[in-house]
Amino acid sequence: MSDDDRSRGVISPADRRRTSVRWFLGISHPVILTAIAIAGLGPILWTAKGALSPTQELLQDPLRLWPSVIQWSNLASAWEELRLGRFLFNTVVLVGGSWFCQLLVATLGAYALSVLRPRSGRIVYYAVLATLFIPGTTSLVALYLVVLDLPLTGGSIANTPWSVWLPAGAHAFNVLIMKQFFDGLPRELHEAAQVDGAGPWRLFWQIVLPMSGPIVAVVSLLAVMSAWKEFLWPMIVISDTDAQPLSVALPRLADSAEQNQVIAGMLITIIPPLLLFLVFQRHIVRGINFTGLKG
Amino acid sequence: MITAHPSGDTTTAPSPTKDPEPRQARRHPRRARRTRRARRGSGLASLLFLLPLLVMFGYFAWWPIGQSVILSTQETNLVSDPEWVGLENFRYLFNDPLLWATLRNTAWFVVLAMLFGFPVPILLALLVSELRRFGGVFRVLIYLPVVVPPVVALMLWRWFYDPDFGLFNQVLGYVGLGPYPWLQSTATAMPSLVLAATWAHAGSTTLIYLAALSSVPADLYEAAELDGASIWRRIWHVTLPQMRGVILIMLLLQIIGTFQIFTEPFILTDGGPEDSTVTILLLIYRYAFLNGDYGTAAALSVLLALVLSVLSAVYLRVTRKWSTS
Repeated sequence: MSDDDRSRGVISPADRRRTSVRWFLGISHPVILTAIAIAGLGPILWTAKGALSPTQELLQDPLRLWPSVIQWSNLASAWEELRLGRFLFNTVVLVGGSWFCQLLVATLGAYALSVLRPRSGRIVYYAVLATLFIPGTTSLVALYLVVLDLPLTGGSIANTPWSVWLPAGAHAFNVLIMKQFFDGLPRELHEAAQVDGAGPWRLFWQIVLPMSGPIVAVVSLLAVMSAWKEFLWPMIVISDTDAQPLSVALPRLADSAEQNQVIAGMLITIIPPLLLFLVFQRHIVRGINFTGLKG
Repeated sequence: MITAHPSGDTTTAPSPTKDPEPRQARRHPRRARRTRRARRGSGLASLLFLLPLLVMFGYFAWWPIGQSVILSTQETNLVSDPEWVGLENFRYLFNDPLLWATLRNTAWFVVLAMLFGFPVPILLALLVSELRRFGGVFRVLIYLPVVVPPVVALMLWRWFYDPDFGLFNQVLGYVGLGPYPWLQSTATAMPSLVLAATWAHAGSTTLIYLAALSSVPADLYEAAELDGASIWRRIWHVTLPQMRGVILIMLLLQIIGTFQIFTEPFILTDGGPEDSTVTILLLIYRYAFLNGDYGTAAALSVLLALVLSVLSAVYLRVTRKWSTS
């Protein structure tokens, strides 16, 4: 996203000096930018306000900009009464494991397909590619039955973190962009390493992986952000309320709990991905262009 | 030259035939032995490296895809053994009036999403790309809704849509409009869902359009100016044709996404009022996890997979063609 060095777009410098264009930009830009600011920041600020306001006030005067009394205690009581710490911990465990599984499968698999190139590599590659055509949502029911009773080995992993971690690993897109990146690494390097007697494991660990920082960062960020948003699958496989992540627990709590406490829970759910985005926005934006255009 | 990857590597292999080894063996027996050893090692090593991929895709991607087709021809209730019923599940499905309502809802969603969700990111991108200052800040602001987890965002929208205490009716009330029923009426429920979905997804699409806009060559605009083209004509004759590849891709992605809408109706309306917002995935969920009718759920899944795989194939073709030209 290098927009600063770009000198011009549709509107030329000469156009910008014309009165009609200046009027149009002068009016349309502030309007659209205010709208973007309200749409982007508004809901997040409203959640923060809601978490600190009395419920009564939210119902009577939802437009109020500043709470009449700031109830910091509401955050503490929501944490206690709704057991938000428990659900936050569950979310972190599920997200962390999903991230690890995705990275494990993508780096090792892509390395084998791109560098080691076994004879049946092409078949595996096309089999991975094929799953891109059939979105995971369409095999939801069959996947659930797999989790209830694993083929070959038997046994159920429902209600355990494994039921979220392992299916997350079967993510074709990660394997493909990782392989694309490995394909671009200079082969001379691999050959030189092999001449020096490095085995496949050392080649992977000491040469390929250290050179893959950017792609590992992009895949990790996308993995963590999307795992944090996950809702349908954890709701199906984790019915044990003590093991549920925030996104599954909150809608369930919303029907019974005090509303401003639920909003405090929503705020806690928003903050981690928000911080991650603000810190790593450059990487994430690069990742979007990747996912959007190179699918 | 010692290669541990003699097969498949067409750029360095001397001939397209798979195995250059016999010829080498005749000329350099010792090297051939080393190559063979390296390859045998690498065959085992590749298998080890591929193991996590094979296990996870095997169990959680390939097996469920195949199993869906089998399930759709069986009656499965988790208590007794699955029983082969042929096309019975499909017959049941096609006789369910809810299926037809669902398909109508989905079509309506697509139409509405094309009206709101499709043009909004293009317009936003065009306007933001003309900003000379603060472009970076507004990129961040545009993307913020995408960062908010969908469940939280939709719980917020449920607050905002509340007919009595909701933010929207309050704001509209100040200018003398409303109150509107939003999610509570069959006429407005679906447009309300589309509005929430557009808010949630417009950010990433806009950023992709912005990247595409910045790669339109400036000399094309200058040439158009020399011909006396106005700003609108430049947008119509230069910008949009230059972007048509991305626009087509985004259109396909939006349609593919629309077919899989679940969280929006699940959190906001639960399919109501009067089933006017039941979507395909919500129907699959109801069949499987509320009625315990896994066969019919699988039958609908198979039909959905057929439609989506055709759309994805078109999408892949378009991206290929567009990124090579």
